Amino acid sequence: MLHTIYTTQTTLTLGMHKADWLGLTYLLAAVLFYLGLKMLSKVTTARRGNMVSALGMLVAIAATFFQISGGTAISLIWIGIAILIGATAGAMLAVRVPMTGMPEMVALLNGCGGIASLLVACGDYLNKYNMSHEINGVVAYIDVLQYAGWDVLLATGLATLIGGLTFTGSLVAYAKLAGSKFIPDAPVQFVGQKVLIAVLLLGSLALAGVLISKPDAWYILVIVALMALILGILLVIGIGGADMPVVIALLNSYSGIAASMAGFVLNNSALIITGALVGASGIILTNIMCKAMNRSLMNVLFGGVGGAVAGGGKGPEGEARAFSIEDASIILDAARSVIIVPGYGMAVAQAQHAVKEFAQQLEDRSIDVKYAIHPVAGRMPGHMNVLLAEADVPYEQLLDLEQVNPQFEQCDVALVIGANDVTNPAARHDTTSPIYGMPILDVDKARTVFVIKRSMNPGFAGIQNELYFTENTGMIFGDAKKVVSELSTELAAN
Amino acid sequence: MDPFVINIVIFVLAIALGVEVITKVPSTLHTPLMSGSNAISGITIVGALLASFSETFFAFGVLLGFLAVIFATFNVVGGYVVTNRMLEMFKGKDSK
Repeated sequence: MLHTIYTTQTTLTLGMHKADWLGLTYLLAAVLFYLGLKMLSKVTTARRGNMVSALGMLVAIAATFFQISGGTAISLIWIGIAILIGATAGAMLAVRVPMTGMPEMVALLNGCGGIASLLVACGDYLNKYNMSHEINGVVAYIDVLQYAGWDVLLATGLATLIGGLTFTGSLVAYAKLAGSKFIPDAPVQFVGQKVLIAVLLLGSLALAGVLISKPDAWYILVIVALMALILGILLVIGIGGADMPVVIALLNSYSGIAASMAGFVLNNSALIITGALVGASGIILTNIMCKAMNRSLMNVLFGGVGGAVAGGGKGPEGEARAFSIEDASIILDAARSVIIVPGYGMAVAQAQHAVKEFAQQLEDRSIDVKYAIHPVAGRMPGHMNVLLAEADVPYEQLLDLEQVNPQFEQCDVALVIGANDVTNPAARHDTTSPIYGMPILDVDKARTVFVIKRSMNPGFAGIQNELYFTENTGMIFGDAKKVVSELSTELAAN
Repeated sequence: MDPFVINIVIFVLAIALGVEVITKVPSTLHTPLMSGSNAISGITIVGALLASFSETFFAFGVLLGFLAVIFATFNVVGGYVVTNRMLEMFKGKDSK
């Protein structure tokens, strides 16, 4: 099996022996990636796992240099320059990005992975193209197929397609997450959008098929690339900003599959295995997100949810009670257990440090403090956990949906900070509600619920939260960070 | 066996392995998982290096290879550094 692990270029220059060693080295890299991911399943080993995975990358890159060594020095110098540019830019951004900007960062990384796979596939194709044309000097049309089988050509087309749509899709997701002026947060949908998407997708797949029968028609690959780039924009622009966790997870998967396809192009097992691992990871996260919203992937991708707010209409009746900081802090002071429910609003207000200080105040009064994290809280999977970790909240206090829901009944105060739809009890009983069936945090079962919110405006799903009108709920209006800081001060003064 | 068939076998087995190992990652670590697996998908740098290496330097394909090296390196370095930064922050009660 090992004799298969070489590239078109090296078969011309290298003997089997070197290729065997390379194959084993790439396998070692893949095993290190696997171990690294495995170690990510525990907080205590996660950081070492990341290092193990980075070591795997180093091994793979070193092996590749070994493979191309002995070539012209000039191209090695250019490769060095390219690595320097990419590494500097990557490291600088990675060190500077604030924790709240992590979804954008991941979107950007996805996009870079995608475009890299597209460039690899196209670059390799052109290299083979040149090779086939240079043989015997003047003979112009020697079939590229002589060097690249149909499977390689198909993989070239697929890597270009998936890599291309990952790139532009990620850029649109980035713009939506960063709140760009040019691309609105709300879904952009127009008549015939889905038809156009279907035409582009099927068309580019068909063209990839045509490439197999006409291997030296380079312009077909260019058209596939252009269609893929347009496809990426169309696919993501129709999705609302709050659905971005799903989109990012899905794009993550695409970038992995694109790398895998590039592996088929180059007949390189390291790329195939690794890309598949990442592809699986992204699909699982996508699935978790969709389940947590009780929506199908199709509904997220094409439903256009999060557009016009369904103002007025039916909704919970009654009056919400506003609480002052003083009144709220008296009740908090008397509590024995408090569960904090953070949402996207906490991230927007950058309130995580204020929340930690507030929790410290409670703990100093020997009040038990826990955090309830809904799977889709924030704008990417696990977003809240990272923000709270940044504020030095011990990870043992962060509970997921299944762990925390049975605890609300024994809880004195549930404090909702910038979360909305994930706390709406209508999801449990109101079959007419758009969020009916979605797993929610049962905050309404707590003795008292405080909701910190800027105004009574409805949440992302465009519906009013009936939680705000229940008897045990008090609203504290204001900016999350400001309110939480004031609560801390008030508690400290008591 | 045709290399293509072997590659398909590898691909399918790797996906099965990926599903197995990723489902065990707790939701607390989902963001580092994403950025970390993202860094891993920068493995395409291997392909980029191979594509940018050529005896005939001034080929368009080689130019694309160089661009690919830049993007893939960004992906790899940015991904690992940012993941490390995040995981550094995850502390338990005991480690304070």
